[in-house]
Amino acid sequence: MPGRRVRAMPSRAARLMPETPQLTLAEHLSAHGPPPFAEPASEPGGVAPLIAAVEQSGLTGRGGAGFPAGRKMRAVAEAGRRAGPLHSQVGTVVIANGAESEPASGKDRLLLRRAPHLVLDGIVLAAEAVGATSAYLCVHDDSAALRDAVTSRERAGLNRVPVQVVEVPAGYVASQETALIGLLNGTGPRPAFVPPRPSERGVRRRPTLVQNVETLANIALIARYGPAWFREAGPPSAPGTALITVSGTIARPGVYEIELGTTIGTLLDRAGGSSEPPQAVLAGGYFGGWLPLPAAGQVHLTEQALRAAGAAFGPGVLVVLPESSCPLAEIARVTEYLAGQSARQCGPCSNGLPALAGALGHVAFGRPAGDLLHWTRQLLGLVSGRGACHLPDGTAGLVGSTLTTFEADLRYHASRGPCGRAARPPVLPLPPPPARSSPPVPPGSRARPEALR
Amino acid sequence: MSRGGAARRERPRTLKVNPVACQGHGVCMELLPELIAADPWGYPLIAPGPVPAKLLPLAQRAVNSCPTLALLLTSPE
Repeated sequence: MPGRRVRAMPSRAARLMPETPQLTLAEHLSAHGPPPFAEPASEPGGVAPLIAAVEQSGLTGRGGAGFPAGRKMRAVAEAGRRAGPLHSQVGTVVIANGAESEPASGKDRLLLRRAPHLVLDGIVLAAEAVGATSAYLCVHDDSAALRDAVTSRERAGLNRVPVQVVEVPAGYVASQETALIGLLNGTGPRPAFVPPRPSERGVRRRPTLVQNVETLANIALIARYGPAWFREAGPPSAPGTALITVSGTIARPGVYEIELGTTIGTLLDRAGGSSEPPQAVLAGGYFGGWLPLPAAGQVHLTEQALRAAGAAFGPGVLVVLPESSCPLAEIARVTEYLAGQSARQCGPCSNGLPALAGALGHVAFGRPAGDLLHWTRQLLGLVSGRGACHLPDGTAGLVGSTLTTFEADLRYHASRGPCGRAARPPVLPLPPPPARSSPPVPPGSRARPEALR
Repeated sequence: MSRGGAARRERPRTLKVNPVACQGHGVCMELLPELIAADPWGYPLIAPGPVPAKLLPLAQRAVNSCPTLALLLTSPE
């Protein structure tokens, strides 16, 4: 690989988040050296060597979807070339997605705070590889510090492709990739119907690469140290490390860098273990699913293993739920939040998610009602796969996982009404609601499923 | 059949809704109740799978009649 240096290579499992933060450009350069200049493709019309290296590395997207990063880069590079010589002068576009909207995730913010230049290297290297002439770093906060970082790189001549820091308004779906494109195109930060895929037509109708900031930081490391080095961590089927945000009732909540394939039990131990008797862990965030503890401790942190167990990897999120919490109450509140995050573009989502939140609120906090569970299950089928983005699918997946994992709680609530644990303060994190909106699910009222039909 | 012929006819085609464009006018359900039903809010629910050959002309008519051009007849890649 180009740019392999005599400097010590980053350690096996603390690659992205080294013990000493590399805040300034000088600190970053002394740890990693300058980003290697792009080598031209070995044959005319061929793919850039960095794209081949990322493909060989097996890196997958760290934003939640887990799509192979190299394949995405190749698609954008090829779409840019297909557009012809005139278009290739105009170039493709790169978007670095650091607009972390998942309430239980904090890893992108922390990465941008602790190693901003690794992300910025990744943006420039990926941009050169896919033939981009402009790049955007999209974030919810900290944009002033990041603009300073960009300026210091411009002065050092490191931003060979111009990078602009863009602030994304709050909102769960505002950081969805087509919503970022909408924001940059001036049509509003709302998800769009695909096709066209961003890799075909995105910002200013150009082929657009959207990668999560952690993915880009990994690309910056692969460019320097090579795909074989990257594969030294993690199993062959899921190579590399990942940043996982651990919260809930845990002794030391925070962001942990793990080798993929580490078990949930090992990570929870590293985080000091549960601070209360635990009952389950939510894996994958609010588009994920539940894994009952202690059995969950044996599950490996890879997309494949988590899917097989009924959860997801998502953006790398674990939340520990204590025995003293009512899972139905927790998920009723989260569903209410997610329903409020609908961009209200797609009928099944803007009608179905509030109906689902209402039904679940009634299951959790209301008096027992006969066909409520049946209606709740019906709603899961009615919203799944029927939106432009995955908000309805993700919400339905989370609720479905709750209904199967906590059947005993469901039976209790269905026959006797709210359990005593429903009154415990919430464990699953939620952002404070905007001032004008209603508070989350007041006990025992809100839902009137009859009226929704 | 002006263009295509057999190969074109045999390619499986499926109905798809652009959920952002769809406003639930319900024209498609009127024209093609065999494959499209209304959900509780009046938005179309499409029967899964390819459109049976004998319904293709009706499906095409439903696509052409959608006031927001939200119904699509696509050939999966």
